[in-house]
Order: sequence, then C-alpha cells, then structure tokens
Amino acid sequence: MSDFRLMQAALAGQGYVASDDLSMALHLSVALGRPLLLEGAAGVGKTEVARALAAARETRLIRLQCYEGLDAAQAIYEWNYQRQLLSIRAAAEDGETGRSVEARIFSRDFLLERPLLAAISQEVAPVLLIDEIDRADEEFEAYLLEILSDYQVTVPELGTLEAVTRPIVVLTSNGTRDLSDALRRRCLYSFVDYPDRATELAILQARLPGVEARLGAQVVGFVQALRREELEKVPGVAEMLDFAAALMGLGLADLTQDPEVLQATLVTLLKTQEDRARVTTEVAQRLAGKAA
Amino acid sequence: MSRVTRFAGRDPGPAARMAGFLAHLRENGLRLGVAETGLCLEALEAAGAVTPEACRGALKAVCTGCKDEAERFDDLFDGFWMDAGRVRQKVLPKAQVTGSDAVHSSREGGGEAAGTGTMTAPDEGEGEAAGDGTGKLMATQQRTLSRKDLRELVQPGDIAEAEAVARRLGAALRDRRSRRRIAARRGDRLDFRKTIRRSLSSGGEPVVLLKRRRPERARRIVALCDVSGSMSVYSRVFLAFLAGLMRTDAEADAYLFHTRLVRITEALRDTDTMRAIGRMSLMADGFGGGSRIGPCLDLFVRSYAKRLVDGRSVVLILSDGYDSAPPEELAEALARLKKRGCRIVWLNPLKGWRDYAPVAGGMAAALPHLDLFAAAGTLGDLAALEGELVGL
Repeated sequence: MSDFRLMQAALAGQGYVASDDLSMALHLSVALGRPLLLEGAAGVGKTEVARALAAARETRLIRLQCYEGLDAAQAIYEWNYQRQLLSIRAAAEDGETGRSVEARIFSRDFLLERPLLAAISQEVAPVLLIDEIDRADEEFEAYLLEILSDYQVTVPELGTLEAVTRPIVVLTSNGTRDLSDALRRRCLYSFVDYPDRATELAILQARLPGVEARLGAQVVGFVQALRREELEKVPGVAEMLDFAAALMGLGLADLTQDPEVLQATLVTLLKTQEDRARVTTEVAQRLAGKAA
Repeated sequence: MSRVTRFAGRDPGPAARMAGFLAHLRENGLRLGVAETGLCLEALEAAGAVTPEACRGALKAVCTGCKDEAERFDDLFDGFWMDAGRVRQKVLPKAQVTGSDAVHSSREGGGEAAGTGTMTAPDEGEGEAAGDGTGKLMATQQRTLSRKDLRELVQPGDIAEAEAVARRLGAALRDRRSRRRIAARRGDRLDFRKTIRRSLSSGGEPVVLLKRRRPERARRIVALCDVSGSMSVYSRVFLAFLAGLMRTDAEADAYLFHTRLVRITEALRDTDTMRAIGRMSLMADGFGGGSRIGPCLDLFVRSYAKRLVDGRSVVLILSDGYDSAPPEELAEALARLKKRGCRIVWLNPLKGWRDYAPVAGGMAAALPHLDLFAAAGTLGDLAALEGELVGL
C-alpha cells in the first residue's frame, strides 16, 4: 500500500473521506515539511481536513482565522502592556532596580502568544490552520513567508525564537483574490472540488452512520441535483449533512414521502431568499423524484 | 511556441528527465523555479509513488499553484510522460538507460537520484534530437479556425501607453471607506496601545503621540471587454488597456466576451507581454463573431462575480451594447450584479459619436443600472475618464 493510502485511511478513521489527490498532497506536506495550500469553493471541507488531520495525528489544531486588517500583533505575538505597566508600578513600590525589572518584563511571561508563535512553540508538532488567507492583506502574506520558510519568529527584545517543532501548515483560500506567487511557490497545492456522488455517499455514511442506505442515496442524489440548479449559494458538504440529519430527526424514511416536510427541511440547504423562492415545491419534488 | 519539449530516451537518469519535465511545464506558463526540480524528486520518493497515477498526484501537488494550472496539469503530464509514441526509442550503450525506463512503469528505486542529479535541460541545441516530431501539447496547439491573432492587433508600444492610463485610472478609483484603522505617521485618531507602549520609555509620560488612520484601499477593477464583430475597430485600444491594467494592478481581473465568456486574468499576468497576448488570443476563440452580452454577463454574475466582486469593486464593461440576446436578460444580469454592491461603469465607444442615443435594445435596458455611462474609443478617452471616476 502506498504511503498516501495510509494517510487516506487515517483521515477516514476520523470520518473524513479524502480524494486521492488531496490525500497525496497532505501526505507530501507532512513528509516534506511543506505548507499545503487548499483552494476550492466554500463548503467543500477545506477547514475540516485540517481538523481531521490533527485528530488523526492526535495533536493540537491551532487555527488562525484571517480577515482584512489582520496584523502581526494579532497573528504572531504581542507584549502584554497592561501587565508590564502593573509590574513596573509594583516594582517601584518594592524598590526593585531598573535592570532587574526590565529583564523581568521583557521575558516570555509577558509575551502574549498569538497563533503563529504558539504553533512553533509546541512540544508536539501541531497542525496550524491558516484559514481564508485570501481575506488577509498582502502585507500579512509577507509576514507569513518568513514563518513558513524558516519557522522562526524575531522579537526585537528577546531575539529570534526558533521553532521547537515544525508545525504541519495548512492554508485555505476561497479565491477571492489572487495570492502572491512567492506564497504559492512555498506551498504544495491542491484544488478541492465538490465530491462526486460515490464520495459524498461515503462522507454521509462516515458522518451519520445511522442513516439508512435508501434515504442516504436519495439525500446525496438530491443535493447533487440541487448543485446543478442555478443557485446563488451552492450547498456544500456540511449543508448536506445537516439536511440528512434533519430528515433523520424528523423520522423520514423516503424523500418523496412528504412534500411539506421536505420543503421545510430545505432551510438547511438554501441560505438566501432568492434560492428559497427558486426551489419551489414542484422543483423540489422533481429533484427528489429523480433522486429516488 | 518554438521549442518542442519531451524527454529523449538518452537522458541519463530520472533527475534529467524531471528537469526536462519542469522545463516543459515552464514553457507552458507554469511559474516554477529551479528548486522545484529537487522538490519533485523528493516528493516522488516521499510518496513512494509506484503507479503513474500516484506520480501524477505527487507532481501535481508540487508543481501547480492555482486552479487554472491544476486543470491544465493533467494534459501536460500526459503530453510529457504518457505519450510513448513521441519518446525517442534510442538505445544507447549506457547502463542508465534501463534505469530511466523505470520512469514509466515503476518508481521503486525512487531514492536513487534524489537531490544528486544535475539539472540538465534535455536536447538543448541538439539538432538531431530536436528535429523529431511535433509535440501534442495543449498550449502549443495551433488550431486552424478562422481566428484573428490578437498579437497583430496589439503592439508593445500600445501597452506601455495603456499601462500609464491604467495606472492613473486605478489611482482615481481609490476608496476611502476602510473601517479598520492602521498605524500611521499622520492620522486622525490616537493609537492608544502604541502610545502607552512608547510611554514606557519615558517613565509613563506619553511624550510621543502615535496616530492611526483609515487606510486607503484600492478598489478592485473588474473589466469585461466585448470582442464581438461590431467592436473589432476598438479592440486594439481596449485589449491594450486590459493588458496595461493587468500589469499595473495586481488586484485587477479581466474577461473577454462575445458569444462566450472567458477569463483572461491568468493569461495576461504572464511575464512575457507578447506571449500573454498570444495566450489571450488562444482563449478568445470566436473573436470577431456575434455578441450575447446578456447571457455572458449572467454567467459572470453567477460564477466569477460571487467570489470576486464585492462592495469594493468597480465593474468596467467595454461594449457597444449591440446584443443578439433579449435585452431583459441583460437588465436582469446587471440588476443582480448591482446587488453585490459594486459600481458599474459602461464605456461605449459609440457614445462619442454625434447624435448617438442609447436606443439599441440592450443599451437602453442597461442604462438604469449603471453608475456611469461614458464614451471611450481611444486611450485618450479612457485617460479623460479620470475625473469622472474620482467622483464615483
């Protein structure tokens, strides 16, 4: 068995069904110590794969959610100013000398670790998930480059903090802007697409083992057909799981059994007003009939 | 494309073949450096890749960097490794030849060359080897459809001029609405954290006041250019403008449409200007035909716009508004686009004419949804738009 099959099996053990390409990319990312960049539409399971990887390796998942305006103070480290100030006041009353105060307030006790610094100072190599990197500014990409290539952080007052262990880095992007070539070059790459019918069925069975085979096949068929409709927001895998769970919770054994219940459970799949209006009872019944 | 890349049977070993493969990818526009060759070999070793499919997966993860490249990779991979007919079956009296055959079938000896191989490009300057066969490679295929070569239309000089115009327009489209503040030398608010931090060095007295301000954020320009038959007179200007825009603004995004919609952003980012335009002309299949503005815009709104257009975008439509599809479709597509919060600017070369009134069905339907409807037929016209764009 190839090594990447082992990775695929390990992920499957955590209830994550990964395609061959994705498991190969993950395996290489671990084996070569390179960050992995995952791109794909929202809801195809990019974030989830990092969680599954962390669980499979029994290590911590450290997550950095990117947003516009994210800067080094929130991503890497920051001095705990308030605590430093208090400490100086206390020291002044105790008559402590300046030099020893200084040594104390610029120690790691006063350093607030943000995700990136936390990721390189763990005893056991964690999985570092840098989520939606395309939302962060380009300046932030530049910070990342240093950390992703050298795995070290420079704090002027303390010196360079080397990585204790090298984290497994997973970056995700929804492609709202083009990432810089420099960042792409440092990463391995995998494009994650919506799963095909067989894969999605396997995901459903892994996540909701209680689902009946007949209902499961109908749910997957229905969602796959729905994705081909003209929708503003295409339902992802997580939505499909919610949908199946909702149907199971309502005790439905067959998708075509009760049009009203089906229409009501569509709230788990359709997330905008236009989409709700577009998928009328007739459309839903047609799709359900095809899936059955 | 000038050079045909494929591997020759006499390559000394896997390392040289890998270098050849990387050169092949580079010629087809993938952005790869020298270090990737070593990384590819390491990857094959680490993957324990014993089947062609596993090799494909491993190399794909290393060599590709975006969706466009990932989609093209399979063809490029097949073109290089799988097309056995093009391999020069030349038996050389060298022991390595048998070893290198393993590239096809198995990789069990993957460790043999990791990192030690020299990066020799195969067949450089070897007239004999370079003479055989033409590659069946995706990007080099010259299809014999009646298609205008955009390279004849766009001159490098135009692009330099267009770049200047594009830079000015980009500057005119600055947006001052960012909510978050960043540290700045001169700002409208105090930066408390930083001021307190700095005051530590002066015994708690805030001697130096640090400020923050709202940064100016560039708007993303998304340009959609009509290349249908009726626009062919103006194509030269608009294509040069697009090329200039893409070279000055890393955020900008460009599309061509006639009866279909094609994204040309990736192609225009190519470092080689003329090759970029060559790639664009390959993509603009059907250039000079009819136009279906409504359906193309509709496709744009439903696909790319979801990811790429937001409240900070300006959508530039360069078209004369002659649409062969019903005008309602265009109006509906524009209304949906407008809902994403963007500004829509329609530049119509005909508007500059005397007595022109937007009576063409499509144009009339579009008018209510536009933020700016202006004339543009030459680069000068585009440059003159600067003032109007500032006010948007």
